[in-house]
Amino acid sequence: MRGLMGGKTGPVLIVLLAIVLFWYAMAIVMNAPWQNTLNGRANLTDVPFTEFALQTFGQDKPVLPAPHQVVGAIWTGLFGAAITAPRSLAFHAGITLGATLLGFALGTLLGVLLAVAIVHNNASDRSLMPWIIASQTVPILAIAPMVVVGLGAVGVTGMVPKALISMYLSFFPVVVGMVKGLRTPEAIQLDLMRTYNASPLQVFMKLRWPASIPFLFASMKVGIAISLIGAVVGELSNNAGGGLGVRLLTGSYNGQTIQIWAALFIAAALAAILVILVGWGEKLANRRMGVRA
Amino acid sequence: MTTDGGKSQSVVEAKGLGLTFKTSDGDVVALSDVNLSISRGEFVSFIGPSGCGKTTFLRVIADLEQPTSGTITVNGTSPADARVNRSYGYVFQAPALFPWRSIESNVALPLEIMGYGDADRKARIRKSLELVNLEGFEKKFPWQLSGGMQQRASIARALAFDADLLLMDEPFGALDEIVRDHLNSELLKLWAATRKTIAFVTHSIPEAVYLSTKIVVMSPRPGRVTDIIDSTLPRGERPLEIRETPEFLQLAARVRDGLRAGHSYEE
Repeated sequence: MRGLMGGKTGPVLIVLLAIVLFWYAMAIVMNAPWQNTLNGRANLTDVPFTEFALQTFGQDKPVLPAPHQVVGAIWTGLFGAAITAPRSLAFHAGITLGATLLGFALGTLLGVLLAVAIVHNNASDRSLMPWIIASQTVPILAIAPMVVVGLGAVGVTGMVPKALISMYLSFFPVVVGMVKGLRTPEAIQLDLMRTYNASPLQVFMKLRWPASIPFLFASMKVGIAISLIGAVVGELSNNAGGGLGVRLLTGSYNGQTIQIWAALFIAAALAAILVILVGWGEKLANRRMGVRA
Repeated sequence: MTTDGGKSQSVVEAKGLGLTFKTSDGDVVALSDVNLSISRGEFVSFIGPSGCGKTTFLRVIADLEQPTSGTITVNGTSPADARVNRSYGYVFQAPALFPWRSIESNVALPLEIMGYGDADRKARIRKSLELVNLEGFEKKFPWQLSGGMQQRASIARALAFDADLLLMDEPFGALDEIVRDHLNSELLKLWAATRKTIAFVTHSIPEAVYLSTKIVVMSPRPGRVTDIIDSTLPRGERPLEIRETPEFLQLAARVRDGLRAGHSYEE
């Protein structure tokens, strides 16, 4: 009874197959009007359906590119050009990745520091939290151009402005998660530390911090995914710097739908890989901390 | 560490001790006029129904609660100084082991905090785990141990830094009777081997009588001491069968009488 359907692989493949079929069907539907126009200009009449379908899958600037067109664009984008060439998708992915990781690191650090301040200081608990929540109610699409343009005006360009936008998004889940995590130790554990006359630093290092590690990883999984979104949004505001966001932007200016979809999938794959990497880090930490497998 | 130079053998000395908690529903008198002296090397049990302040009294000794009236000294100093001097080990109702630390590293926790050296630490961990019969479980994590073993590990942790006074707050309350019997006799052996002073909170009469050299009977609302019974049982080795002797039953009856006398019948 095991076989292909026993594990996860079979069901996932079936869902994937269904999506791909639906996609091809939609490609025919959505690209048909333009194909009809083209065929009309070329005086082609009574094109058989299979031939018509193949035509809709092969347009230069389709409304909806067929899956194989996107896969082809990803393939040539990743492997068709030197990694340093601006034509290479890998080159742009690398730019986005750099800003994402820098922003994620800064955001996690800021989030942890804010959480520590909030947990240890009553005044900062009451004064900081409302501002932290308010910061996330402002649309990032409105802030990003100001940050990029504003910093650009004082000569800060490239990775840093984008990383700052990533940080702005990613610190939030870390603060919220870590405030909860640092507060998980029970009264009895805190009493125990008090009987040892432990210093506040020792209480933090030996009790609060290790107790909050599961919360840190849960927050970081959310944080790294939105860091990538922050970096892409930052790139949309400055098409000189390169990156997946710029590929999305230029693609939409020029109607290069295949390019847009390729960049989109690369961004999604990148986010998935980053979340998986954080998950591995979590597993590693769990093993060291004796969490029941 | 302070030694009281033979001047007084009193480890804990409470005079007119009172503690009132201020709550939103008004004041709750947890302790009222408690006078008590615990001598070096004694095994003192505190017994009484819930709300009689026995745990509160232990927490006052440990400087986890502040009395609102009266005086108390621990090792001849204030409880706060005694805590700063790390002169007691506290065993809580729950093991309170840190789940991310192995057993040996849990026992190492107070040693790390108090700044013991690496070699000393290892020797102390080994000795403490030996005292509670947990050799061979050093690398296990708490969830891999039974409840009784976890509580033993927490006792080892309290023993590791050689405090003369051991405060135990219903340490075996959550365990089944068979495990409890076993741990009680182990505890007596440990007490004989280490010559510590032990203050032990319980609400089991047999446990109190079996373990103690002195039994403090308390009653609730307000928490106060109603009887202090000096045990006539032999110190040191006490086989579990001692609980069937007339002497034991007589002591148990007196404890029961004390509890009944202090009980308010309107509830």
